[in-house]
Amino acid sequence: MSETPSPGRNEKTPPAPWAAVPGGEREKTTSLKKPGDPEPILEAKNLTFSHGTTRVVNDVSLKFFPGRHYVLAGPNGAGKSTLLDLLSHLKEPGSGGIMVFGKNINSHGAPELAKLLALAPQNFQFNFSFTVREIVSLGRRPYLGRWGRLDDEDRRIVEKAIDLLNLRKLAGKLVTTLSGGEAQRVVLARTIAQSTPIVLLDEPTASLDVAQALDLMARVRTLTGEENTLVVTVTHDLHLAAVFADEMVFLKKGSLVAAGPLLETMTPDLLGEVFEAKARVRRDDFTGGLNISFKH
Amino acid sequence: MFSVGGNGDRKKRNSMENASKSATVAETRATTLRALERERETNSPRRVNPWIMAAALTAAIVVIMFLSLSMGYLSIPFADIWNVLARKIFWGAPSVSESLVTVIWDVRFPRLLTSLASGAALGLSGAIFQGILLNPLADPYTLGVSSGAAFGASIILVLAIAFPALGFLSSPLMPAAGAFVASVLTLVAVMALAADREGRLPPPNLILAGVIMSAILSAAISFIKYLAGDQVSSIIFWLLGSFQARTWTEAALVFFFFVPALVMAIPAAMDLNIMTLGLRSAETLGVNTGRVRLRLLVAASIAASASVAVAGIIGFVGLIVPHLVRLLTGPDHRSLLPLSALGGACLLAAADTVVRVFLPGEIPVGVLTALLAGPAFLVIFRRKMKDLVHV
Repeated sequence: MSETPSPGRNEKTPPAPWAAVPGGEREKTTSLKKPGDPEPILEAKNLTFSHGTTRVVNDVSLKFFPGRHYVLAGPNGAGKSTLLDLLSHLKEPGSGGIMVFGKNINSHGAPELAKLLALAPQNFQFNFSFTVREIVSLGRRPYLGRWGRLDDEDRRIVEKAIDLLNLRKLAGKLVTTLSGGEAQRVVLARTIAQSTPIVLLDEPTASLDVAQALDLMARVRTLTGEENTLVVTVTHDLHLAAVFADEMVFLKKGSLVAAGPLLETMTPDLLGEVFEAKARVRRDDFTGGLNISFKH
Repeated sequence: MFSVGGNGDRKKRNSMENASKSATVAETRATTLRALERERETNSPRRVNPWIMAAALTAAIVVIMFLSLSMGYLSIPFADIWNVLARKIFWGAPSVSESLVTVIWDVRFPRLLTSLASGAALGLSGAIFQGILLNPLADPYTLGVSSGAAFGASIILVLAIAFPALGFLSSPLMPAAGAFVASVLTLVAVMALAADREGRLPPPNLILAGVIMSAILSAAISFIKYLAGDQVSSIIFWLLGSFQARTWTEAALVFFFFVPALVMAIPAAMDLNIMTLGLRSAETLGVNTGRVRLRLLVAASIAASASVAVAGIIGFVGLIVPHLVRLLTGPDHRSLLPLSALGGACLLAAADTVVRVFLPGEIPVGVLTALLAGPAFLVIFRRKMKDLVHV
């Protein structure tokens, strides 16, 4: 993807966080990317994916930089989850490709890729009575031998992931006895224990209450801020995204509508276009983010 | 905060870890692993240590062996059993009467070994199927594999009756070979039926396809029974499941199939643990789910068809045993697979001894296991189905 910085910008401004916007007439906005990290660690190039004759993802190109939290948003059927599946190599794109750390995703072996990229899926189910700690430990799998023996370092990472998701009191409990929100946190802890520089979250707050969702998003901020992790989240919760996202990616009917820093992309016009509703966006001193309202 | 041992490109993260000074991190670091493990003991569910379980089951097998060899029409003291085994196995030659040697070494011991190995094969294949189908209620029959094996063996039996001139058909190896071929073909058919657009095998599809194949194959077996005419009783009795008059040939045959199945399955146990998280999680954790699944399904089919070929259809052992083991030692397949094999061996050898020694007229052991384990199955079924809405 050739990158042409917008004219008239500051010399030091890094390249835009996405490669191309279909239609091209919308002005490209610029990422507030940190210096010293000039290369995207995850990149989608002209991705296309079809179910039968229906195009679910249509020529999407995006660049993702470390230490940022990207939120993929859009109405139902926008192709958000399919895009996440493509990025996590669960689906093969019809055309186009994905680069992970500058290498095509297909040229990373599956075990190698598992050390770079982790996914917390939305639909999960615990069928057997493992304990919470056992499930979180399974996240260490890419670093273990065939018999899955954990060394001290692995166990320390598992305990940290348990603490990070506030699961300390549940650590010995059977996962089959947990509530939906607790189970969701276990899945996230499992993903964190995988210690990857790229973390993909599919509707992570779907079964959480307000306090848990806020708590989770604060943990994500720790990941991106302290660990320099790249986090890509698919969510329906625009209100949460408006507070916690660094970058927004808006999709509609499989096509990229806009991508860029939260403050520049989350505008009434764009929200109106993507979600087909009247929108109002205000700076919110209370949360430090944006406040969004919709009406018919 | 999160460091990764032995991963070169994570140096930056390690340095960040050192730089991080947040209170929670310091707290976590102060908590030693040992303290966390102490907490693990107080907080965890009660489970039996798998090694203790393995030792207990092995001891139980030894006890069952001696009791079983001792009891029967002719009651034999343990000392004589020991002498016979010592003479045959270790070539030590304490003097024992030849008739005792015949009863123990040629009659009771091969039958006992056949039941032990069949039970182990059923336990193993049940544990594998339950793990792959993500369903504690699955067993070798859910996939139609056992029906396939029974169908293959029946065909060989009928052909042997119909064409007495073809002597090789009456070799005891032939029903086993027929069972294995037919069970693998059934498995291939079931997997082809169940595969979705992306070539994956969703568990509900697998179960439905297995039920359909089982129904067809059961009808086919009935048809074969009809064709067999006067000789139908031998097939019916075999289908009911029995170890009566099994010889060293059958014992060797089950071990010949069971051991490779075990060797195939055990190294995939950790991957099977991962796969219980679901396909999406397993694949992003680097597990080649297609390959692991195929390997485990083949191993389980080999084990199940070995048992069916020598002993007919013996129900519920493959279902109950892994379930009980899971209740006692937990769902980790690294221990569940070998312990289910040991437990299956225990259960079936004990059941066959009861049938041989205590029950009149040698009721087929498959009837006993179904009568005993069937009600247990109903209880588990009721309890599980309340939670397990979608499989």
